Amino acid sequence: MIQVENLIKHYGPVKAVNGIDFQVHDGEILGMLGANGAGKSTTLKVMTGYLSPTGGNVHVNELNIQDHSLEIRRQIGYLPELNPLYLDMRVYDLLEFTARVRQIEGKAFKKALARVVELCGLSGVIHKQVAACSKGYKQRIGLASAIIHDPAILILDEPVSGLDPNQIREIRGLIKELGREKMVVISSHILQEIEATVDRIIIIDGGKIVADGTSDELMASFHGKTHLTLEVKHASDESIRELNAGIAALTITDINAVNGSHVIQLEYEKKDDPREAIFMHALAAKWTILEMSPSRVQLEDVFRNLTVKGASDE
Amino acid sequence: MNNIRSIYTRELKSFFTSPMGYIFLVIFAVINGYFFTNTFFLFNQSDMRALFGIVPLVFLFFVPAVTMGLIAKEKNAGTMEVISTLPLRDTEFVIGKYLAGLTLILVGLGFTLVHLLTLASVGTNIDFGAAICGYLGLVLMGAFYASIGIFSSAITENQVVSFIIGIAIVITFFLMDKLLIFVTPSMAGIIQYISVEFHFSNISRGVVDTRNLIYFGSMIWLFLTLTVRVLEMRKWR
Repeated sequence: MIQVENLIKHYGPVKAVNGIDFQVHDGEILGMLGANGAGKSTTLKVMTGYLSPTGGNVHVNELNIQDHSLEIRRQIGYLPELNPLYLDMRVYDLLEFTARVRQIEGKAFKKALARVVELCGLSGVIHKQVAACSKGYKQRIGLASAIIHDPAILILDEPVSGLDPNQIREIRGLIKELGREKMVVISSHILQEIEATVDRIIIIDGGKIVADGTSDELMASFHGKTHLTLEVKHASDESIRELNAGIAALTITDINAVNGSHVIQLEYEKKDDPREAIFMHALAAKWTILEMSPSRVQLEDVFRNLTVKGASDE
Repeated sequence: MNNIRSIYTRELKSFFTSPMGYIFLVIFAVINGYFFTNTFFLFNQSDMRALFGIVPLVFLFFVPAVTMGLIAKEKNAGTMEVISTLPLRDTEFVIGKYLAGLTLILVGLGFTLVHLLTLASVGTNIDFGAAICGYLGLVLMGAFYASIGIFSSAITENQVVSFIIGIAIVITFFLMDKLLIFVTPSMAGIIQYISVEFHFSNISRGVVDTRNLIYFGSMIWLFLTLTVRVLEMRKWR
């Protein structure tokens, strides 16, 4: 288990991380979401022992990151942001180097190599120079190098940024596969990347955690407005105005007249669902309803709501 | 020990998989060869003392050039982050890198043995004891400069900046001996002891005193320790 307690990290006057608390349990894939510069990478850098915290602490399996850095680094596989690699090495040599530093040699290395080559699909590039590999392959090489010692904890900082959609899907599948038996912490500023892969999400903004829960929990706790698209025929402007006046919780945001029908965009608080009232109004005004579809709350709305609000609070 | 070996081998390989290692060595060999043979054709005579006079000057630039990338390159490419999160002590990392740089310098120095061999095969009256002492002095000087070089490589992520800082520190130690006439006699002893020339000339004259060996040993230790401290500081920036 990883326990992050009141973590603070300042770069001079810049407060990158400002009191973060969370836990990651065994076998859990945790997604860390936040805009660029929210403090995700800094948090991960402290968790991996690359930076020392200004305040607070990180415990990995009861070990303190400051006093037992070396032991903790043995248990962690880390893929930093931008995936820095030794470009002048061949893929095989790079993996051999990482393995040797992790005390994996001889037969154990051959076994580990076979495992990561298969898992990351590297057999085609194993004797190539790293610099000659495509970006997708480089990402897989970085991942292979991070998991060569079969770590119990895997920390991935923006592992799919800059990849094309197919590569994203591949890497995402790989992470999910790894997450079956490992504790995985993965950061991203792109929602879709995280949403599909992780068990739990924490949203970071301005160096603080603004939300923590599963994607369903986050959406359930969302207090923003729901949007509804209504397309009706035979509606007069007056009856549409009446709709707005008749149902208190409703606001019309847009009306579009297309080929004799009206497409009306509505907005309402999630708790007071007006669909029945709209139907009754349509019946009374003799409209024909062609479409009535509330847009479901997306995680993106939650994210935008939390992070934009957080920024305006400061 | 194992980790030092891993870092050392990786670094040495990267010297020789890129053209850099070869370029450094060829330039070093050519410059030394030029100055060594220059007098040879003028006076029709040659001795190793000429070489032992030239190499220290070439070292002023050659050693910082070899060591400038050792750590700066890792910082610049971001691989420092990967290295720092591997189960590896900063000391092991620095020693591995240092030994790799030193190896390249020793290989360069090895090329100058050609001149000694030439002299040995055609010359007369060769004092091998003096030659061995001369080489010992150069090895110690190269090792000292390399420790300065790795230190200047650790304080920046720009190789050119590292090169310039390296040269500046190395030249300071080199020229200190020439400053003696400007300082009070009480200071002169100290400054003379700090200057590299004093110890180098002692050794290459054949006087290998423990004082000289302690000087080189402690200076190398000092700069390597500083390098480790600089690396540790990144955590607290």
